Amino acid sequence: MKFQGLVIACAAIATLCPATARAQLTVEITGAGANRLPVAIADFTGERIVAQALTSVVRADLERSGLFRLVDAGAPLADNATPAFDDLKNRGADAVAGGSVTTAADGRYETRVRLSDVPKQAALGNPAYLHSGTQLRATAHRIADFIYEKLTGEPGVFSTRIAYVVKSTGRYELKIADADGSNDQAALASREPIISPAWSPDGGKLAYVSFEAKKPVVYVHDLASGRRHVAANFKGSNSAPAWSPDGKQLAVVLTKDGSSQLYIVNADGSGVTRIATSSGIDTEPRWSPDGQFIYFTSDRGGSPQIYRIAASGGAAGSGAERVTFEGSYNVTPRLSPDGKSLAFISRNGGRFQLALMDLATKQTQILTDSAKDESPSFAPNGRMILYATEIGGRGVLAAVSSDGRVKQKLSVQAADVREPAWGPLVR
Amino acid sequence: MRARLISLPALSVLTLLLAACGSQPPAPEQGAAGVESRTPSAVKVDTSPVTTVQPDRFDPNSIAALKDPRSPLSKRSVYFDYDSYVVKDEFQALLTAHGKFLAANPKMKMLIQGNADERGSREYNLALGQKRAEAVKKTLVLLGAREDQLEAVSLGEEKPVCTESGEDCWAKNRRGDMLYAGEF
Repeated sequence: MKFQGLVIACAAIATLCPATARAQLTVEITGAGANRLPVAIADFTGERIVAQALTSVVRADLERSGLFRLVDAGAPLADNATPAFDDLKNRGADAVAGGSVTTAADGRYETRVRLSDVPKQAALGNPAYLHSGTQLRATAHRIADFIYEKLTGEPGVFSTRIAYVVKSTGRYELKIADADGSNDQAALASREPIISPAWSPDGGKLAYVSFEAKKPVVYVHDLASGRRHVAANFKGSNSAPAWSPDGKQLAVVLTKDGSSQLYIVNADGSGVTRIATSSGIDTEPRWSPDGQFIYFTSDRGGSPQIYRIAASGGAAGSGAERVTFEGSYNVTPRLSPDGKSLAFISRNGGRFQLALMDLATKQTQILTDSAKDESPSFAPNGRMILYATEIGGRGVLAAVSSDGRVKQKLSVQAADVREPAWGPLVR
Repeated sequence: MRARLISLPALSVLTLLLAACGSQPPAPEQGAAGVESRTPSAVKVDTSPVTTVQPDRFDPNSIAALKDPRSPLSKRSVYFDYDSYVVKDEFQALLTAHGKFLAANPKMKMLIQGNADERGSREYNLALGQKRAEAVKKTLVLLGAREDQLEAVSLGEEKPVCTESGEDCWAKNRRGDMLYAGEF
C-alpha cells in the first residue's frame, strides 16, 4: 500500500503543495504488525474541504504506523453526535473517532474531535484545536498523536520531524521533513558532502559534519533562524557529533592529537576535553538517555566493536567496558529512548544489517534482511527505528519496528537519501 | 623607490621568488575557530617587468616540479590494501620525493586527505581514512617534512573516485591524496 499524503492534501487544498513535490520522500508500508487494532476514522463534519484533508492525513498516519487497521465508519460523524455503536461493532471497529470543523471568529478553523471505545460505548477523549489553513497537516498529526496515545498507551510520533541528506549530482542537501515525509525543507545545500546530522534534545538545532572546507568540520545549525556556528574545527578531522541529554555539550571525534579520539566540547564550540584514550580508532559516541554513559565504536580490541565509558570520563577510573562480542564488525551504537536496548549495525557474512540488543539480557536480534544498512535512529517513542539502506543501487531510508514486524520504505525519486535522524517529541 | 638600492640581479631574483610565492595561496589557518580563509594575503611590492630566459633544466625541488609530469612530485596518490594503513614499498620513492621537497621548501604546506571504500559505517570509514592520512604524514615527517607543514584529514567514503561496487573500484578509493596549498 502506498501513501502519498501530499497528493491527498494537494487535491483538497492547492496552497499546501510545495513547489518541490517531486523531491519529497514517499512512504511505503512493506510489513505490518500482527495484531492491528481495528479503528474507524469517520469523515468529520462541517467545513468539507478542511475536514476531508484532516481525516485523510489522520488515516494515513495511523495506517502507516502498522499498529492499526482502518475500518470504514459508514457515515460522517460529528464530535458531539453519538456514534452508531452497534453498526460500528458489526463493522469490527474497536474504536471510532469523529469530529467537526467550524470557522472561528478570527477566520481560523476550530476542529473538535471525539474518540470513543466501541465495545464499552464510552468516550476516550474530546480534544479541540484552533488552527489556520496552513496548519492543517500539523493539526491532523496532532489528532493522530492523540488517538495513537489513547489507544496504545505510548506517545505518538506523527508530529515529529526527521532530518536526512539527499545527494543528487554534485549537490548535497540537508533536509528536514515531517515524519510522514511531507513539508520537506532544505536547511543546507552544499557541493561538498554533509554527514552525521544529530538533533538537539529540544528539537531546535542540528549538529552535523560538513566537508565544505575540504575537510570534516562540525557545525551547530539553528533551524528557526538558519544561523549556524562552527562547533569543532581543529587541525585534522572533526566529526560524529552527539548531544548530551541536557543539550549543553557535544561529544565529538577529533584527530588533533593523532588518530580519531573522543572529546567533549560545549555546544558553542568552547572548552574541549578529551574523555577517552586508545591507540586506535574511537568514534561514533552516543550518550545514554540518563546521561551516565557514552557508547562508542572502537577498534581497540582488534576489530570494530561497541564499548561504553562513564560520561564523567577517565575520572571515574573504571575504563571502557565492551558491549558487543559476536562477529567482527559491530558499529554505530544508538540507545533506545528508554535506555534499555541498543540498535547498531552488524556485519554478517559480508552483509551490514541493523541489529537490536536487549542491554539487560544481551540478547541480539537482526531486524532486517538487507545488506547495506547504516545510521539507525530511534523514533522518540522507541517503537520504530529509521535507518539508511540501499535498494537497486540507490540510497533509501527504511524503518522497522523494534519487534521487526512493521516495515516501511522512504524514498526520493531519482536521488540518494542517507543519514537519517529522527527528531525529538514535540510538546 | 627602495628597490633602486638593490642591484639589478638581486632584484630579479627577489621578484622571481616573490612571484613563485605569490602563485601559491598561503596555507589555511588551522585554529579552532571559523572556516578556513582561502583569500591570499596581499604582499606589498613594487613590480616591474623582468624578462628571463627559462633554463631547460630540471630542479627536483622547484615549485614548478609539482606540476611537471617528468617529476615524481606530480604524482599525489598513495593506495592502501583492504583494512590496512601500511604505506606499501612501491610508494616509498614517491613519498621520499615529497618529503625532500617539503624539507627544501619549508614554507610549503600540504593537506593529506585520506579516503576509504564504501563498505560499512560512514563515521568509522572517516576514521579509517584518517589513519591512512596519518600514515602518509608520518612517512613524510620521517623523510624530512616538518610536522607543522602537514595536516592529515579524512574524507572517509564521501569522495570516491570510482563509484561502482567491486574490489577494482574499492581499491582506487582506499587512498591518501597529497594536496599542496592552493590546490584544495
